[in-house]
Amino acid sequence: MSERVGIVAVAQTRYSADRADANEGELVYEAVKQVLQETGLKFAKDVSGSDAFGIDATVTSSQDFLDGRTISNCNVMSYIGAHHSDEDKVAEDSLNAVYTAFARVLSGHQDVVLVAAHCKESQADLRGVENAALDPAFLRVLGLDFLSAAALQSRRYMYKYGITPQQCAKVVVKNRGNAKKNPFAQESGDITVADVLGSQVLASPIRQLDMKPVSDGACAMILATEKKAKKICSKPIWIKGVSNCYETHHLGDRDLADCDALVKAAKKAYSMAGITDPVKQINVAEISEEYSYQELLWMEGLGLCGRGEAGRMIDSGATQMGGQLPVNPSGGMLSGNPTVVAGMARIAEGVLQLRGEAGERQVPGAKLALAHGFTGMCGALQGVMILGKA
Amino acid sequence: MGNRVAIVGIGQTYHKSNRKDVNQPEMVGEAVRAALADAQMKAKDVEAVFTANMETFEGMYLPDEMMADEMAAFMKPGLKVGTGGTSGASVVEEGFHFVASGLFDTALVIGFEKQDCGDTTAAITAAVTPVWGKGVATGAIGEFAKQALTYMEKSGAKEEHAAMVRLKADKGACRNPYAHLRLGLKSIEEVLNSGYLVWPLRFLDFCPQSVGACALILASEKKATKITKKPVWIADVVTVHQEPFRAGSFGDPTGKEAYSQDIAVERLYKRNGISNPIKDICMAEIYEPSNWEEMSHYEHYHFCEKNEGWKMVEKGITEMEGAFPVNPSGGVIATNPIGATPTIRVAEAALQVRGDAGEHQVTRDVHTAMATALGGPNWTVLTLLKRSL
Repeated sequence: MSERVGIVAVAQTRYSADRADANEGELVYEAVKQVLQETGLKFAKDVSGSDAFGIDATVTSSQDFLDGRTISNCNVMSYIGAHHSDEDKVAEDSLNAVYTAFARVLSGHQDVVLVAAHCKESQADLRGVENAALDPAFLRVLGLDFLSAAALQSRRYMYKYGITPQQCAKVVVKNRGNAKKNPFAQESGDITVADVLGSQVLASPIRQLDMKPVSDGACAMILATEKKAKKICSKPIWIKGVSNCYETHHLGDRDLADCDALVKAAKKAYSMAGITDPVKQINVAEISEEYSYQELLWMEGLGLCGRGEAGRMIDSGATQMGGQLPVNPSGGMLSGNPTVVAGMARIAEGVLQLRGEAGERQVPGAKLALAHGFTGMCGALQGVMILGKA
Repeated sequence: MGNRVAIVGIGQTYHKSNRKDVNQPEMVGEAVRAALADAQMKAKDVEAVFTANMETFEGMYLPDEMMADEMAAFMKPGLKVGTGGTSGASVVEEGFHFVASGLFDTALVIGFEKQDCGDTTAAITAAVTPVWGKGVATGAIGEFAKQALTYMEKSGAKEEHAAMVRLKADKGACRNPYAHLRLGLKSIEEVLNSGYLVWPLRFLDFCPQSVGACALILASEKKATKITKKPVWIADVVTVHQEPFRAGSFGDPTGKEAYSQDIAVERLYKRNGISNPIKDICMAEIYEPSNWEEMSHYEHYHFCEKNEGWKMVEKGITEMEGAFPVNPSGGVIATNPIGATPTIRVAEAALQVRGDAGEHQVTRDVHTAMATALGGPNWTVLTLLKRSL
């Protein structure tokens, strides 16, 4: 890579079960307004003068199906500076929108790019929409959605490696506990393994507390070339490595206890970032887990432990705050992030940790952070980003 | 600036109203295989896959994930974009950025739409603001009728001029084996006698709903010259979006608002030293959902003076043999698989630069070509292609 790309500002709304008080544009503007105010940046079309620069383009992330609106960026374009400016919408988890903005800056075509993601799960029929993602001939007719597919994956993973419901429940206990110290988190609190195991079964073995709550929210950040990043802020955080990777769609073609796409995406991101021993080198990991088993399975895919060893790792306390590698100090998706926004919420937490601005949930001296985001059924498109302080 | 990026492979399906013989992934596979064959590459040689499609048109959520195998994306990086009518150009733009960044040396970009699986007009109606727009929305036809009427009033163009544009498009389509509507129109009377959809738009004044896909293979300079003897270089891509309420949805009767097209050409021409567009650029493939739109776009893109688009048509300047050919492929009015439509504009312009357009190759030597896209509430993406940089 010729030049480094920095993240110069991040902002999030507080995640909430129902933001009926704000439409999509108003919601995303809560986050966009903050990054504009923090950096003092305007849009390139509104600045003049030989030394002046502004935001060259915006990359958004949203889903038409979840917004109930074709071309869902129409919902937000007036709030993100897209009038008479360059904008594109990435219809995946927002980590991919940051990846896109990274490529735009790295290409030298654009110097400063705004990224904005929004989602209001509260107004979508999630189960119905997810069913519409399945192959119409073979899978859709089974009535599967991402929850019931996750149950299949969870069952297979637990069977193959002897992962227990208690170990999955410990992820929920840890993440909801961490969320107590995250002002952006939607749900938090001291719960026990027994609380999780006593909650209602949704799709066996997944119980109510094993699944993330319905959530509304938005996230925004600004990326810039090294030169401009240093002018814009005193603590830019650098994107050291990033990649994503597609799985095959048909569940029967996969061993659901494995996540090969994640392995491949992580390998590429690590190699870009010069990481050879992820557990030792990475100080904090933010992993997107819609369901509790996913934090464990994705840890294995990310190479943070051996195959089938994530259960023992959570038992050991290594991923707790103060452990060898704290996972999801933010509380993760289990404490409430909408799909789509989740990947950027992970990156935002990584940036705050590296800037030393994570408040009571700060991982002391964090220098290298991992952010993970995925889209679709059983991790159909996996994405990994490595962030660095230097 | 980043690495230079070239188009090294071009593939598209044939287009028609219905394809009962294939599903969405199989249809996309046809375009992907055609592009790979054109580049003499194998699926494994492609490093990343970028796709464009409007999900609500087919009622298929995350379609890229369903067809990861067929689009050669299994175990590869990639993503999907969606910006309405411009999607198929937005995806070329992202492929351009990703390859220029050095992250990939080769990338497949795909636009597709299988409109026989859904109800596009209903889905377009769902694009307008729920509070102010939905009660009066009529899909695309009503908007473009408004635009046609505005153009007619302002420029003095007559229905006959629109009919001449339609005849020109059909002439191209009949020479293009991939085109959807190949009508063999003989006279402008045939157009003028077709029934009204929404006044003043007639049945033959408007684009069809097509089923099809188009795929391009992009490569970095290092790879491009090894893959093909005839790389077509992407010189620049400019995207400009526009607030729906600022210039109506597709028109501004007050004449006071700048259109996204005006802003986009200004940026493109300035950045690329284009002072006399129809001299510096040799031909254009433009996104014209209606024949009226084509004349109006001549003016926005500075191919002629304001209110003189119809005079260009009268003089035959934009015919295949003319001084500045526009849409020799037959254009959007002959073939409109929405998510693929802008990708086809780029593909057809690239074929002209290569000199590989066959029977619809224009007379003028094409060293530079422009492809345009129109979507959303009048959004624009312009792609400038060159034989050498």
